[in-house]
Amino acid sequence: MGFDLLAILLLIKIVLVIGAVLTFVAYLTLLERKLLGWIQVRIGPNRVGPWGLLQPLADGAKLLLKEEITVAKANKVVYIVAPLIVVVCALIPFSVIPFANGLGLDRILGPEAQTFGLNTGVVADINVGILFIFGISSLGVYGVVLGGWASNSKYSLLGSVRAGAQMISYELGLSLSVLGVLLLAGTLSLTEIVRAQDEVWKWYVFRQPLGFLLFLIAGSAEIARTPFDLLECENELVAGYQTEYSSMKFGLFYLGEYAHLLFLSSLMTTLYFGGWQAPIQIWPLTYVPPIVWFLGKTFFFVAIFVWIRGTYPRLRYDRVMAFGWKVLLPVGLANVMVTAFLYAMWLQRQV
Amino acid sequence: MKEVIFYALGAITLVSAFLVIFLRRPIHNVLFMITTMIGLAGLFLTLQAEFVAMVQLIVYAGAVMVLFLFVVTLLNLDEIQLPPDSSTIRWWVGAGFAIAVAILIFPALVAFLPGAEPKSLTADPTATVSNTAIIAKELFTTYLLPFEIASVLLLAAIIGSVVLVKKKY
Repeated sequence: MGFDLLAILLLIKIVLVIGAVLTFVAYLTLLERKLLGWIQVRIGPNRVGPWGLLQPLADGAKLLLKEEITVAKANKVVYIVAPLIVVVCALIPFSVIPFANGLGLDRILGPEAQTFGLNTGVVADINVGILFIFGISSLGVYGVVLGGWASNSKYSLLGSVRAGAQMISYELGLSLSVLGVLLLAGTLSLTEIVRAQDEVWKWYVFRQPLGFLLFLIAGSAEIARTPFDLLECENELVAGYQTEYSSMKFGLFYLGEYAHLLFLSSLMTTLYFGGWQAPIQIWPLTYVPPIVWFLGKTFFFVAIFVWIRGTYPRLRYDRVMAFGWKVLLPVGLANVMVTAFLYAMWLQRQV
Repeated sequence: MKEVIFYALGAITLVSAFLVIFLRRPIHNVLFMITTMIGLAGLFLTLQAEFVAMVQLIVYAGAVMVLFLFVVTLLNLDEIQLPPDSSTIRWWVGAGFAIAVAILIFPALVAFLPGAEPKSLTADPTATVSNTAIIAKELFTTYLLPFEIASVLLLAAIIGSVVLVKKKY
């Protein structure tokens, strides 16, 4: 088995993961519209294909065929680069999410399956996984801020300033809420964190309930889901930073948004709900492939986010910022301190 | 392979650093500053200093530069027109000074830095302890006092900025 072939296999793995993510994202839009329809006692999309199953394809074709409009006084290069930054920064973090234990390649390739971590159920098993995620998602802000600025329109600029301020504020809350899990797990690697949750009572949602709640709130603010979607608040800002975008450039922003939703759900699964692990290690449950557990838990959270969107109205902007700095941050700090105190006083001595 | 990655990252970092200085639109300067930061993070990765690389990405590329971008977008700064510089002597003095500093600094770095050869904390990729753990342990044992002093300094800076922003007491 040559070096080249292994490298090609790794590339195939990466392409498969990206393809799967993009497909899920496309059908996420359908899932959201269907669920919202049921919540609001409507039918939802049902015209294209059986049960509307071909709706995402029709949407994609429509976006591709629409006329591309570039605003006359826009900064052309930045205007085009901005949606690309959003999409790239939304797709890269999926590379560190462990979606399964192994791929069973060792039975075909033998010991060589270990090269490049080919046999692991994650594209890049790096030991600073969580920091990598925060690093890339903090770069994602640029796409939104630049897109709004380059459009040369007041609604876009206001939307992008709101987006930037909100994302920076809630990033702090998000990292503070994860800190509790990191303290208990003693590692920054996502595969290790999943491995530590092999029984349902070891899931971090039960050992860090407050941290989980903070993560849920800060996460939905970070990806701008409904109670916090002030950056595209249509009654004040038309569509915020994406107002001047059309055709596939708008489609890319849309794709980035749903990729963020999928990513946040899979991250919550990984950090708090045992990732690909079955709840209890007994026969009928361990027979289910890990990827099924992973996807099941992820889509559970996606459904919860849709449910929240169908239930709660939008907050006022000053309330959002005040909540982020005056409630989320102190509570997050207190959670970290209590966790560290308990860990040092009690848990560490047991080991 | 490693050399190729190192030189590619070095080229990205250097070229964007030069563009930060020479481009005339503030927004482009900020953007190339960001790519410089990302290139530096990549260079840290090639030294197997993954923790430093990620901190570089989060703090500099992610947080500090967003504030720069905010200022540029909100003030809507367009192309900067520098006043024409009449004296060419100033230019020559500047260039000469830069070259002199470069000539002085490189031997100084080689002479005084411990181990001129770039050496990483975990040169062995199969090492069981990640260098994040090593940094954390050193920070909270050997360098505890400087660490605490730095945190007090940061606290003072935070309080100072709040006081400056607040108009009424």
